[in-house]
Amino acid sequence: MYALVDVNTFYASCETVFRPDLKGRPVVVLSNNDGCVISLNREAKALGFRMASPWFKIRPQLQQHNVAVFSSNYALYADLSRRVMETLEEMAPRVENYSIDEAFLDLSGVANCMPLKTFGHQVRNRLQKEVHLSVGVGIAPTKTLAKLANLAAKRWPQQTGGVVELTSPRHQRQLLHYLPVEEVWGVGGRLAKKLNLMGITNALQLAEAPTALIRKHFSVVMERTARELRGEPCLAFDEFPPTKQHILCSRSFSERVTDYMAMREAVSTYAARAAEKLRREHQYCREINTFIRTSPHDSRGAWYSNGASYTLQIPTQDTRDITAAALRCLDAIWRPDHRYMKAGVILGDFFSQGVAQLHLFDAFQPRHNSEKLMKVCDDLNKKARNTLWFAGQGIQQEWAMKREMLSPAWTTRIADLPRVRIS
Amino acid sequence: MGAFPSPAQDYVEQRIDLNTLLVKHPSATWFVRASGHAMSDANIHDGDLLVVDSALSAREGSIVIVSVDGEFSVRKLQLHPTLRLLPMSPNRPAVEVNEEENLEIFGVVTWIIYAAA
Repeated sequence: MYALVDVNTFYASCETVFRPDLKGRPVVVLSNNDGCVISLNREAKALGFRMASPWFKIRPQLQQHNVAVFSSNYALYADLSRRVMETLEEMAPRVENYSIDEAFLDLSGVANCMPLKTFGHQVRNRLQKEVHLSVGVGIAPTKTLAKLANLAAKRWPQQTGGVVELTSPRHQRQLLHYLPVEEVWGVGGRLAKKLNLMGITNALQLAEAPTALIRKHFSVVMERTARELRGEPCLAFDEFPPTKQHILCSRSFSERVTDYMAMREAVSTYAARAAEKLRREHQYCREINTFIRTSPHDSRGAWYSNGASYTLQIPTQDTRDITAAALRCLDAIWRPDHRYMKAGVILGDFFSQGVAQLHLFDAFQPRHNSEKLMKVCDDLNKKARNTLWFAGQGIQQEWAMKREMLSPAWTTRIADLPRVRIS
Repeated sequence: MGAFPSPAQDYVEQRIDLNTLLVKHPSATWFVRASGHAMSDANIHDGDLLVVDSALSAREGSIVIVSVDGEFSVRKLQLHPTLRLLPMSPNRPAVEVNEEENLEIFGVVTWIIYAAA
């Protein structure tokens, strides 16, 4: 049995955790370079604002409706994500971070202790109270059904209380019948069109379609999806496609890691794999986050969990840059004498390949000198941010300017701590 | 690795890490900065660092961070005989809380950290 837990409107919600004045107000978060909307809360959606709208186009409307607008604050999102995942790891036997704001829980054995729905509400209440984020929980025998259960929890928050347990075949059929096929996990618009042509318009029809037919017209992925909709688990734990706004590479170790060199190798491996995925998506990233943690269930050692972010001056897709940044983060958080269970690397703050200045910058960066140059730059920048940068400084300033709506690093920088009034 | 254990092993102790003392629930612990001079009742000074644990349940007399009028504020919680938020300075009225649902507690203050000088 699986649960899918995901945070409602994650980025926008993160922005309101330390801003009680924003309660009830519409909030949107913009992509890097303040390009377009990448997250909106319920209030902003209700006003008709949509994902991916270019900021410059909707700016007047945003002002008119008094919408709080933020640049992406990746350090904050990564820290809150880590807190969510840690809390889940304390509650469930196994957790797979599916993306920065979603995790699958393996609920094996949980039903022996309490009704699954009760467990779902416990997860929800705890995250609300402790991390101040609201989540939806979908519970079902397969990952694909858990995704749909979660969708239902989100869509009908009043009726479901944010938790949907989809274990009875009757309820599964009811929901599948209701949902259009393109809402099924892994069925994109293009595949949905093809399915529609075959007369398959809702999820139930896909579940009931003959396997031979699906196999004939689609890949094995679609066949697995159909089986999963029927309640046959085909997707194992820790098996998932990559996501777009963030790339996350994280695994639980088969054995506890205690050795620094072993951890270094693991983090390097995740960094390299994440960089590969990044290049596959034709993206450049600027933000690298590394986290490590011990198991909360380990009675043989203290619990330790930490993460660090590093923002590169210039977006990169070079494995060397990404690995170096990931290891720098590791060095900041590494503590010896712990039995580590898990490590991961998250890449964020993506820039697409079309940014012409990147190539301009490349011309100024001879590879054989790049390491030395980076070190000088890093050392200086460590003393004071943005002291030194490369020939593309004009570009840099432009980016910096276009991040003027960045919220403070509430949880990761002492100078930025939230203030409380004594009265 | 694999060698016989060091005879000194039983005496190995880690350097004291204040996190283990100050932070009981890492993923639910937040640091905030106190602001304001009305501090006499709480021993909290302007600029002090407060350790806030959101995993704890607030009890009678807990110092809590609450959101009041769109702002985080430090108050003392009174549960009996009525639910009230007590201000942290004299000459300020206590605030009656009509219904528990209206009370938004961010967390319980567990430590106050300030420089000696």
